[in-house]
Amino acid sequence: MSVRVQEAAFDVAVEMAETTGGDTSIGGVAMFVGLVRDLDPHADAKTVSALTLEHYPGMTERQLESIEAEALQRWPLAATRIVHRHGRMEPGEPIVLVICCSAHREAAFEACAFLMDWLKTKAPFWKVEDTDDGPRWVEARAADDAAADRWAKPEC
Amino acid sequence: MKLKYFAWVRQRAGTGSETVDVPPEVSTVAELVGWLRSRSPGLAEAFQDTTAIRCAVNQTYVEWDHPVAQNDEVAFFPPVTGG
Repeated sequence: MSVRVQEAAFDVAVEMAETTGGDTSIGGVAMFVGLVRDLDPHADAKTVSALTLEHYPGMTERQLESIEAEALQRWPLAATRIVHRHGRMEPGEPIVLVICCSAHREAAFEACAFLMDWLKTKAPFWKVEDTDDGPRWVEARAADDAAADRWAKPEC
Repeated sequence: MKLKYFAWVRQRAGTGSETVDVPPEVSTVAELVGWLRSRSPGLAEAFQDTTAIRCAVNQTYVEWDHPVAQNDEVAFFPPVTGG
């Protein structure tokens, strides 16, 4: 149950140890780590030398907390963690980390996918890439909206 | 009213935030955008295509017919691309 937005890099092993916190009722941990990619296959294949993430301080944390609360309501999770970076990053660096712990793997896998899909369409972050042709704002993808939509509840 | 702009909306607006006195006839997000367009060429350019812009009032996503009031924090930005 924790959300952090920070400029510094994170250590996946440390984050996982802190999240599980010695809780031996946890039988499975699902984790997603997003990295800066140097070639964008969805664009016109320009090489990306750096990525800068801008965000909306205040609203970002509120959105992430509300997304996390939704996951905790939908799945039996023992612990969760979301860490998202902002600022300038180079290819290979980690951008985002989502950790979901549960007694069994299904809840951990599903909640982890849900958190990433919702985060990508609801958390107020914007990426600008440094390319060979100069800086370029990354455009939102319809595929991300479709991925988030699959978690919509029937009554919504 | 406190206004915030992010990403390319911020670049076109020429600022990331400003505090403005909005005329009393402005009561919705759509009316606010109409008024902002008349304030500077940068804002006119930023709000040229509103289909590419999202809005949040007091840090919650809203639609264009949502009411706005003098004490609100209103933010405009492109669709998000985090993760």
